[in-house]
Amino acid sequence: MSDLRLLARQVRFTNRAFWRNPASAFFTFAFPLLFLVIFTTLLGGGQTRRGGIAYDNDTYYVVSMAAFGLIQACYTNIAMSVVFAREEGVLKRLRATPFPVWAYLGARVVHAVLVAFALVAITVGFGEVVYGVGLPGGADLFRFLTTLVVGASCFTAIGLAVSGFVPNAEAAPPIVNVVMLPLLFLGLFIPIGDDAPAWIARLADVFPVKHFFDAAFTSFLGAPGFEWLDVSILGLWLAGALVVGVRRFRWEPSR
Amino acid sequence: MGSRVIEVRGLRKRYGELEALRGIDLHVDRGEVFALLGPNGAGKTTTTEVLEGYRARTDGEVRVLGHDPATGGRAFRERIGIVLQSTGVEPFLTVRETVAMYAGYYPRPRDVDEVIEVVGLLEKRDERVNRLSGGQRRRLDVAVALVGDPELLFLDEPTTGFDPRARRAAWGLVRGLVSLGKTVFLTTHSMDEAQALADRIAVIARGRIVAEGTPNAIAGRDRMRTRIRFRLPADGPSPPPSAERGPDGSFELRTDDPTRELHELTAWALEQGVALEGLEVAPPSLEEVYLELTGAEEGAS
Repeated sequence: MSDLRLLARQVRFTNRAFWRNPASAFFTFAFPLLFLVIFTTLLGGGQTRRGGIAYDNDTYYVVSMAAFGLIQACYTNIAMSVVFAREEGVLKRLRATPFPVWAYLGARVVHAVLVAFALVAITVGFGEVVYGVGLPGGADLFRFLTTLVVGASCFTAIGLAVSGFVPNAEAAPPIVNVVMLPLLFLGLFIPIGDDAPAWIARLADVFPVKHFFDAAFTSFLGAPGFEWLDVSILGLWLAGALVVGVRRFRWEPSR
Repeated sequence: MGSRVIEVRGLRKRYGELEALRGIDLHVDRGEVFALLGPNGAGKTTTTEVLEGYRARTDGEVRVLGHDPATGGRAFRERIGIVLQSTGVEPFLTVRETVAMYAGYYPRPRDVDEVIEVVGLLEKRDERVNRLSGGQRRRLDVAVALVGDPELLFLDEPTTGFDPRARRAAWGLVRGLVSLGKTVFLTTHSMDEAQALADRIAVIARGRIVAEGTPNAIAGRDRMRTRIRFRLPADGPSPPPSAERGPDGSFELRTDDPTRELHELTAWALEQGVALEGLEVAPPSLEEVYLELTGAEEGAS
């Protein structure tokens, strides 16, 4: 079997196990969709001014929850599943077979990105039907898709890096969430508008979540203010996380 | 192709200050069941993991199926199967999906259903792994190790935690592997298991091989002597000087020449007019040899 077919086959097994695992199916897939409904119905009223332009908050939350879905599918899903595969001894067993572990991890990444794009598609579809905000066209669509691809890679790499710091399976949920949750509040769950304190914006600028959201938001709405700098900063986080992830990667369970 | 499947010379492994393996020599031939026997912490797992390619060695020569396991890569791993205590499989796939997934990793896999049948999981074929019992999971591990049709199988303490019935079944499974022409490298801390399964045993203690040979040869080592035990009536004569009094009041003799010693002892008893109560002549047991070799307390058994 060629390596590519082997990879595709592994993606199918990964997918099957993913949907049978209630934790991964719920937290990765159902959670962002649940949040979408809650945020848009509870907090959807009112407007936020960004760069001098007023945006409806329900529009904001369509993009925000699409971004959240991508982060859950890539970051949380990869961090958790790599820790569990390591602690269960799945990686150790694989290492004794001729199947290369890069292909195993590659299949997980491909699957995560497919789930992420499915979540974005569902969220965007919801936005189109309920709020009439559909996909952008032309250059904006290109920018939006590029942001999604770079963002997905970046958050996957951060997930891999974080998995290397999780000592055992029990510690995975708290650690994985504690790392990301504050960042989600800094620039994704709550709009950072023109009237937000400057230090909040500056703090959020250090981390990848706000850059990802800003690039996705402006390109999706075709609004002014799209910066390739935001995408480049995601690229920097991607590179850094890859270096850390590869260095901290372990085959063996810690017990 | 030679008949030597594993060849190890002067294997050393150091973890910082600790020298876990201090010069191991061993070899395993094709079609053989080889048992590495020793107490916990003696170096069994470290040795096995070096042979499997998991761990780099500090020093020494290691050839497994003609490869250096440290650099063997895919070509090497296509030919081995492992059952380790610390490995696992995806919990949300079924038995059949799991075995089929692993079968796809090998160039010439065995038939998936046939392998499931060999390990006795046919009626659990469509059950998810997380709903299997511990013993069934262990059998699934064996199925996954077998599906690539390996020439050499590593079994790390394959029956630890099994009840006697499951243990018998597992032994039957290992004997079945041998009839398929496989070579088996087994680690165990149970003498029974080594004696029941192995063609050859190496006893490991504190990072060294302290004895090596067939189970009978190890038990019959000349350094261990036949034991003659008897009791004397309380008001009887004092025993011959070569006998030692044991803690329970009985007397014990150790000898290299049991025929002569027994003859002399019974002649003495007849002369004295006493009966040797509870007279017992016992060859050294593998267990005794093992305990002596591995330096454990005799009273610990």
